[in-house]
Amino acid sequence: MPTQRITDRFDKVRAENRAALVTYIMAGDPDLETSYQALCALRDNGADIIELGAPFTDPMADGPAIQRAGQRSLKAGTKLSDVLALAKRFRADDEDTPLILMGYANPVFHMGYEAFAESAAAAGIDGTILVDLPPEEDLELRQAYEKYGLSVIRLATPTTTDKRIAKVAEGASGFLYYVAVAGVTGTGSADPEDIREGVERARKVSGLPVCVGFGVRTGEQAAAMARISDGVVVGSAFVDHVRLALESGDTGNIAGRMGELARELSTALKG
Amino acid sequence: MTKLNTWDQWPDEKGRFGEFGGRYVAETLMPLILELEDEFRAAKKDPAFTAEMDDFWTHYVGRPSPLYHAERMTEHFGGPKIYFKRDELNHTGSHKINNCLGQILLARRMGKTRIIAETGAGQHGVATATVCARFGLPCTVFMGETDVKRQKPNVFRMKLLGAEIVPVSSGTGTLKDAMNEALRDWVTNVHDTFYVIGTAAGPHPYPELVRDFQSVIGKEARRQILEREDRLPDAVMACIGGGSNAIGLFHPFIEDEGVRLIGVEASGHGIETGEHAAALNGGQPGILHGNKTYLLQTDDGQIIDAHSISAGLDYPGIGPEHAFLRDTGRAEYLTCTDKEALEAFQLCTRLEGIIPALEPAHAIARLGDVCETIGKDGLLIMNLCGRGDKDIFSVAEHLGMEI
Repeated sequence: MPTQRITDRFDKVRAENRAALVTYIMAGDPDLETSYQALCALRDNGADIIELGAPFTDPMADGPAIQRAGQRSLKAGTKLSDVLALAKRFRADDEDTPLILMGYANPVFHMGYEAFAESAAAAGIDGTILVDLPPEEDLELRQAYEKYGLSVIRLATPTTTDKRIAKVAEGASGFLYYVAVAGVTGTGSADPEDIREGVERARKVSGLPVCVGFGVRTGEQAAAMARISDGVVVGSAFVDHVRLALESGDTGNIAGRMGELARELSTALKG
Repeated sequence: MTKLNTWDQWPDEKGRFGEFGGRYVAETLMPLILELEDEFRAAKKDPAFTAEMDDFWTHYVGRPSPLYHAERMTEHFGGPKIYFKRDELNHTGSHKINNCLGQILLARRMGKTRIIAETGAGQHGVATATVCARFGLPCTVFMGETDVKRQKPNVFRMKLLGAEIVPVSSGTGTLKDAMNEALRDWVTNVHDTFYVIGTAAGPHPYPELVRDFQSVIGKEARRQILEREDRLPDAVMACIGGGSNAIGLFHPFIEDEGVRLIGVEASGHGIETGEHAAALNGGQPGILHGNKTYLLQTDDGQIIDAHSISAGLDYPGIGPEHAFLRDTGRAEYLTCTDKEALEAFQLCTRLEGIIPALEPAHAIARLGDVCETIGKDGLLIMNLCGRGDKDIFSVAEHLGMEI
């Protein structure tokens, strides 16, 4: 039920004795067709779980790479309903790869938590990460999600205290997203040893798999993070391929380049 | 609607004013805002904290600010009796310093060694840079690129005071974008940095603590009007961007049922044009910058850039307590266009010899309408929350005059 696809995926990854590769792209960046091709390329090249970014005008937890990706997507006219339609298209011939919608609270709140939950479940979304909806504020969302079997994926960070991790874990499902550095996406990188303890504590208290993200770009970094976690999230490095393609004018193979990066990362995780 | 026992019970323990407010921030910031709340509660009970604040208010800021009978404005509108609360006479030229002092003293209590702030018109930036200079703390001010251009005098003031100005080019380069960037800096430097938010918005406890620090305006005004007129006013009035000067004036009158609370939002080119900053009159509830409140947004929940001639009102949201006061009907919220504000700016200057900031000029512009509803024998207090020196260049431009 709730989150079954996510649970199954972590079972599979664990059976292969490795960490999961979680990849992020911004839906509609630079257009929805490219995003669809990118989803397929990521899946075909070893992404175990895919986070689908929903654009927001005021992404205050994101660094420049994802900020600009969101702006490009909004400029192309992407709406929340388009993001859900993109998920649905992907889900039509992929029953297994978990899809997590990642974004900010307001577009979802504006659609209405209940209406969103119903549409997201129908589109084959498995859960969401809403950055500005901490445990204190997500009760209504969780109640709507329970009806439709969606996961509320929570964030834990290096500033999350021993006392607070219990609050973060309560009501969380699917997995926990451990933010490796206090900062915005795409900047800085953490030493795995510095966060080992925090990740272990998060796993122990929540009983959920813990994926680590923020500042992971290369196969080498991913492999290092994989040693202390159940999964590694890479986002800005994928999103950068759109920017590079637009800057060079060579936009024909964005999905292919994202696929190559996924291949490099997944190979590193299989070590 | 929520049953009210007393207006003072808000915000509740979740930081909510009815359904508005709350703590909508990234997890990285949660521990810090919870700590800030504890520190704020402790400081409020600490006589040493209050004494230090009072001392600075008296000798550094110049409080209490006068309550001035604006006789010629009163004559102009044919009554009621109009009083101006003269917060533009504060050190640094606006009400902003009331709050900055409070927050800087909190930052010191918490052992924070670096200060950041966002600013629109630059008044909050100047006030923050001022207290940082006074206490020897490094200060970084985020300011939209558009605002950096239209508020040059304040940019220069901040630099003189030793602040680092970071122009923000994302979005339309105004206050909301500056706030995004300040939040990004805060999340990155959370260990040593204190974020001095300039308006009564943001995650709990900011709306409450900014209100409490700004309430000095209303407390003084209430005492002063009782001394002068031996009765309470029929209405108190203020302009609203995020709403800090208004909530500071309103709150001490909130339990006085006979006193109307009137806010004036900036309707820019007119609400019907879509180019305005009137979140209460032209927005819908939503979540941004740490709180649930009324926001200018599209039917897809994307935030719409605000427009106002006044950089200080150019914000697509509003403090959550105002959202609550509006929905409960306790306060009324009117609007004023750019054009009307410019006319009021000139009217006040000519009649009273006081050059108001463009922000309170929005409230001045609605005085006539409000006066009519109060009647000749009534009594009204308007907060003149800032002086207009910073605006002379942009006003000259709008009037087609060369300086």
